[in-house]
Amino acid sequence: MSFGYFNYWVFIILLMIGLYTVMSRTNLVKKMIGLSLFQISVFLFYISMGKITGGTAPIVVETVAGAAPPIYSNPLPHVLILTAIVVGIATTALGLSLVVRIKEAFGTIDEEDILEMEDNA
Amino acid sequence: MPNMFALSSQYPVLVIVLPLLSAPLCALLRGPIFPWALTTAMSALAFFFSVELLAAAAAGGPLSYEIGGWAAPWGIEYVVDPLSGFMLVIISGISTGVLLFARESIAKEVPGHQLGLFFSAYLLALTGMLGICITGDAFNVFVFLEIMSLSSYILIAMGARNDRRALTAAFQYLIIGTVGATFYLIGVGLIYMMTGTLNMADIASRFADIEGTRPILAAVGFIVIGLSIKLALFPFHVWLPNAYTYAPSIVTAFFAGTATKVSIYLLIRFIFTIFGPDYSFGGVDLADILLPLAVLGFLSMSMVAIFQTNLKRLLAYSSVAQLGYIVLGIALASEAGLTAALLHIFNHAIVKTGLFLSVGCMFFAAGSVYLKDLHGIGKRMPITTFGFVLGGLGLIGVPLTPGFISKWYLVVAALEKGSVLGYSLVAALMISSLLAVIYIWRVVEVAYFRDPPEGAAKGEASLSLLVPTWIFILGSFYFGIDTTLNVGFAKAAAAFLMGGA
Amino acid sequence: MLLLIAGTMTVLVVRNLFVATMLLGIVSFTMALIFVSLDAVDVAFTEAAVGAGVSTVLYIGTLAMVGSQEKERTKFAAGPLAICLAVGAVLYYATYQMPPYGHAANPVNMHVAPRYIEDSPTEIGVPNMVTSVLASYRGYDTFGETTVIFTAGIGVMLILRQRRRRKEDGKKEEKSPLNKPGDGSLTGLGSQHDLVPHVVAKLLIPFILMFALYVQFHGDYGPGGGFQAGVIFAAGIILYALVFSLEHARAVINEKTILFMMALGVLIYGGVGLTSILLGGAFLDYNLLAHDPVHGQHLGILLVELGVGITVTAAMLAIFYAFVGRADAIAEQMD
Repeated sequence: MSFGYFNYWVFIILLMIGLYTVMSRTNLVKKMIGLSLFQISVFLFYISMGKITGGTAPIVVETVAGAAPPIYSNPLPHVLILTAIVVGIATTALGLSLVVRIKEAFGTIDEEDILEMEDNA
Repeated sequence: MPNMFALSSQYPVLVIVLPLLSAPLCALLRGPIFPWALTTAMSALAFFFSVELLAAAAAGGPLSYEIGGWAAPWGIEYVVDPLSGFMLVIISGISTGVLLFARESIAKEVPGHQLGLFFSAYLLALTGMLGICITGDAFNVFVFLEIMSLSSYILIAMGARNDRRALTAAFQYLIIGTVGATFYLIGVGLIYMMTGTLNMADIASRFADIEGTRPILAAVGFIVIGLSIKLALFPFHVWLPNAYTYAPSIVTAFFAGTATKVSIYLLIRFIFTIFGPDYSFGGVDLADILLPLAVLGFLSMSMVAIFQTNLKRLLAYSSVAQLGYIVLGIALASEAGLTAALLHIFNHAIVKTGLFLSVGCMFFAAGSVYLKDLHGIGKRMPITTFGFVLGGLGLIGVPLTPGFISKWYLVVAALEKGSVLGYSLVAALMISSLLAVIYIWRVVEVAYFRDPPEGAAKGEASLSLLVPTWIFILGSFYFGIDTTLNVGFAKAAAAFLMGGA
Repeated sequence: MLLLIAGTMTVLVVRNLFVATMLLGIVSFTMALIFVSLDAVDVAFTEAAVGAGVSTVLYIGTLAMVGSQEKERTKFAAGPLAICLAVGAVLYYATYQMPPYGHAANPVNMHVAPRYIEDSPTEIGVPNMVTSVLASYRGYDTFGETTVIFTAGIGVMLILRQRRRRKEDGKKEEKSPLNKPGDGSLTGLGSQHDLVPHVVAKLLIPFILMFALYVQFHGDYGPGGGFQAGVIFAAGIILYALVFSLEHARAVINEKTILFMMALGVLIYGGVGLTSILLGGAFLDYNLLAHDPVHGQHLGILLVELGVGITVTAAMLAIFYAFVGRADAIAEQMD
């Protein structure tokens, strides 16, 4: 799977699907799922740019004397994405707890129903 | 790296780390007083550090602090220059003033056993904002942006005790805010891909080689859109009125002065320091996009504000309109325009906070912020209402108020553009100010010319609420009359940015 | 890769939210496998634990409370579609001048990264470069990250543990006789009669906790570190709560302890930073923590990873307790 820009194209497609789910669905849980997809796609983008063909994971390995030193992939994007994953789960947890409260307060988790209730309130 | 033990050299990191570390402590504290006292003390301390930092940066040039002892671009660097110092002072100053107000006000809106956690979230929001302004690393911005955003979703949701719509407002903000932050992340990723670095100064120095390429063009797009969502630029503002309307009073007062301003700071930082004005306004012509949006924004939002029935919502729409002025200043792409924008960041922060605090007083006493419930409020709460009116004059831009000063600079900057464009911008500004007169007048009419409802309790808010409110109102007049401080720093920051960092 | 696209497309289409959640888990897991093939083992580990593990549990917990059927609405949203296509088009347009995939000479790999790869073994002395960048060079980001998870922890506590406004007073007392600990709640917690899961869990949990500790302290050498360890450790306790009951788990570790631990982790991390300031260096400058800079780095990384681990464990548990506690509260009121 390492030819051309294939990874980036997959990233773009995932991103579009995720974003579309967020914007078009009225169910709040579905929106959160879309948001997670949207974030996951960005992870793929970062990790792909750090990959070096023929490289290995950035953990120092013992080299046999005389052999060519190993090529390590770029560790920096990995670090950034670790942080981003944490941010993602934090957002998910908060979002879902709000969904639970909304369900209790309004009795529904459908955006359009809630909007109707708000207008009448 | 500082070898001697010198506390002042540690200010750049202490201003962030001390409030941040107080947050977990605060979460453990119990009782109605301690969490508030710790938060206020930390905020005041941060204000003190910020003032010192701004003074140092203004006197001796930008300060840099290498976290972990690793030199940039390998490590993360903190930079205090006239712009970031200016922002630090505004944010920590507003926060401290609002906190003075908070003790009594919040006790009514948040249950007692949750105060520790509430103030912990407040401190985190403060830390996030300060962290965004001081950092010199594009990815570190994202981390602190998320600290700020997550804690602001929490704080807004805390309004749910008074109105369940706070929950949906927080959820809506969470979705839109996360999309905005992720757009920013994509933009930073694209830049990193082309430059191999995340340090802002380092990106800027390598920017000339790659500025024509398509990924950079896309990166500019993603960052500008992502930040526009965060700063609630028209037409990305939909989350803001809801969030401000249903959040607890002090949260609204705090965010109105600071949260969107932080995103504006980032926008200025990217446009002027990282992309450089030549590329931003020559290469891609951001002005053509931002300028119409800004003008449409302040015209339409001032219009919408007139028809609001909820006082907080009215002020929230007016905030979106005022953000339009600031973005207009940026889009003029001149030193005068930038000065006006920075000045208005400061002036609007102080005026709007004062206004929201006086609304907080009304809510505390009258229990509602709907105009229909505030009939005759001027007779019931004369001191508070008078404060509101004075703040409203500042919003309109009457002479002697800070609103007049920043509009004056904005008009001057617009006229620099010359001929048709300049005059039409001035006309648009005038129309928008007239609209502001109308929406403030509606409040005045309700407050003074309608009879209070039968049996409505008369009585002022208590002193601990009135004093902080009046500090902001009087402060705004001080900065409207003696303009050396605010204009001076805004000019210095603008000159610094246009001089190329 | 194609599996990913297919998976996400189905997420968009299916109406049953439970199925959508499962598909999201599968997408995350597939993504983790792809990360392995892209040499990002640490990230893969985390994505598998968080994306496929924790977030799936959270979604299911939510669905148990809000119902899993999406309303039938076949409205075609043209506006959002146009926006998405525009965003996609911009990115597609940008790909044409992107540096080619996988080349060592790309700018990404030329400027800052070589320092990490070449010097970190001697400057920091930790074989896993991701750990050295994470905990030392960009240790401040990780401090922020710990703060983010702390924020989420207190946020969920604040939002979900608010008492319900209207029904709370009268009903609480009536129901209290029925409210026996661990007696069949909505989430299916606390089955006291199933022998097999109990035995299996008792055998398994010590190993999970041991593995968590291994991941915690082995992060210097292999993939792993405080964050992953925290998630696994929390998973062990969550399993205990699921098989036995929330009350039993609360007996082992209660909410107050959790809040304390959550704060403690951040304080440890920040404390390390402040110590290095007191020693005359910059915030989080580990070189000063011991006489030998490499030892100092080792010590610093060990301590901050510990801080991360504690906060993450506690925050995950806090979030889990809050969700389950809320579900139980709802179940009580429905009785």
